[in-house]
Amino acid sequence: MRVGFFLREALRAMRRNAAPSFAALATVLVTMLVLGVFIPIVQATKGAANSVRGRVLVDVYMRTTATSADETRVQKELLAVPHVRSVEFVSKQTAYEQQSKQDPQAYQLLGTNPLPDTFHVVPDNPANVLSIRAALTPPSSGGGTIDPAIQSVSNHKDDTRKILEVTNLVTITAAALTVLLTLASVLLIANTIRLSLYARRREVEVMKLVGATDWFIRWPFVIEGTIVGAAGALMAIAVLGVTKVALLDPLANNWTLIAAPRTIAFTALVVVLLGAGVMVSALGSGLSLRRFLRV
Amino acid sequence: MIEFRGVSKHYGAGDVGLDQATFSVSREEFVFLVGATGSGKSTVMRLLIKELEPSSGTIRVAGRDLADITRKRVPFYRRNVGVVFQDFKLLPNRTVYDNVAYALQVTGGTRKEIRHKVPDILRLTGLSTKLHNYPDQLSGGEQQRVSIARAFVNHPPLLLADEPTGNLDPETSIDIMRLLYRINRTGTTILVATHDQAMVDKMRRRVLELSHGQIVRDEAAGLYARDETTREFAQRMRSPSIRPPGL
Repeated sequence: MRVGFFLREALRAMRRNAAPSFAALATVLVTMLVLGVFIPIVQATKGAANSVRGRVLVDVYMRTTATSADETRVQKELLAVPHVRSVEFVSKQTAYEQQSKQDPQAYQLLGTNPLPDTFHVVPDNPANVLSIRAALTPPSSGGGTIDPAIQSVSNHKDDTRKILEVTNLVTITAAALTVLLTLASVLLIANTIRLSLYARRREVEVMKLVGATDWFIRWPFVIEGTIVGAAGALMAIAVLGVTKVALLDPLANNWTLIAAPRTIAFTALVVVLLGAGVMVSALGSGLSLRRFLRV
Repeated sequence: MIEFRGVSKHYGAGDVGLDQATFSVSREEFVFLVGATGSGKSTVMRLLIKELEPSSGTIRVAGRDLADITRKRVPFYRRNVGVVFQDFKLLPNRTVYDNVAYALQVTGGTRKEIRHKVPDILRLTGLSTKLHNYPDQLSGGEQQRVSIARAFVNHPPLLLADEPTGNLDPETSIDIMRLLYRINRTGTTILVATHDQAMVDKMRRRVLELSHGQIVRDEAAGLYARDETTREFAQRMRSPSIRPPGL
């Protein structure tokens, strides 16, 4: 009885105040559309930044005179260094094959294999690359390395630092934009709701004078907010879905660039948008009403 | 029924709404509250529905100290006090029927109860033909009848009317007063704030006069017959002689 009454009240209010309800719905629709486009972009950007960072390695070059016993020993030593996740051995033959594939003419001209055996040292976290490098070339050895069988440790210090800085910046910017955009959406929706409530503040006042309790007045508004939020979010999802199927999916088949970045799954996006739309709209209605209830 | 003891109300900027007002109104009385604009009539009304809190003094309604009613209990208190305003305060997007029904829905009235009570009270106030009209389709007098019907549908023991005829022509005003009188005769205490001096003179009820927040006159009646029927009442109101007999 009660639920039915509140639901009827909410529907009546929406019917009789079509313009403000529509404004609130349009606001939810637009903000959810923007969020729906932005969330995958941020995710893809973060994914791209992470994959770039994932390629940050320390290369350890062995002396050409190194024996396989040396290599086994060095591999153990490398694994003992803090922050090292794994070590990958690339023999000089493998390296030669890889390189000559890229530039066959130059290597044919060379005749012999000038490449050393190499260890790719993968850090547990790209940010720790520099500390690994420092551990492999201790200052106490006077420019040398931790093992005499090691010829040199790759010296891309500046490049590595740059990559780390740029990817850090990208990640932080994306996170900041997400926070700002979410905040803007919440404020925009809350403000629209406030306006539509302001137009009806006299109605609320009268209800209070007749002896309605706060929650008796509030429930229809919360239900109205839920309906508006859900409707707006659903419409945004419909638009996004059509765009995805009609534009993005055909492109993804031809352009690996679009398909490649690991981004949020569409179902997850739907859940996030629907949840956010309903929550913000319903809570916004319920909370904004508070100041008009003080009669 | 109502008891004000040394009640003062000061507004923020040093304005005095009410200054040491002491008076009481007994059960089933019909009392006018008169005074110029800003004399404190509306303050009394707003204090009585606990829209305002007094700065000092105690207010009792039906033996209950209003200061003891918590904010949460205020809605339940208000259901026992009917209120009528100069500007009607009807819900604009509801029909006449729904406006009155809302007062019952608020108290958790069942559908059956509402279907039974609402047409009853609308018949009493002469609005049977306007059930499905919206407030903006009604005349001022009709809107005020709706608001009286809404105030009285719960049969509250106390009915407050703040300038109920302020926006109405004299003939319509008499109809409204007649309606209030009829409600008074069912045993409801009525307090009417007004500055319509002619109306007050004709009605010959008890008059409380306020000036600058102070009670300056309390003319207990004895001037009128309590058992006057509403018809006699209306006849007298429309008659040109305004001097009460015996004066």
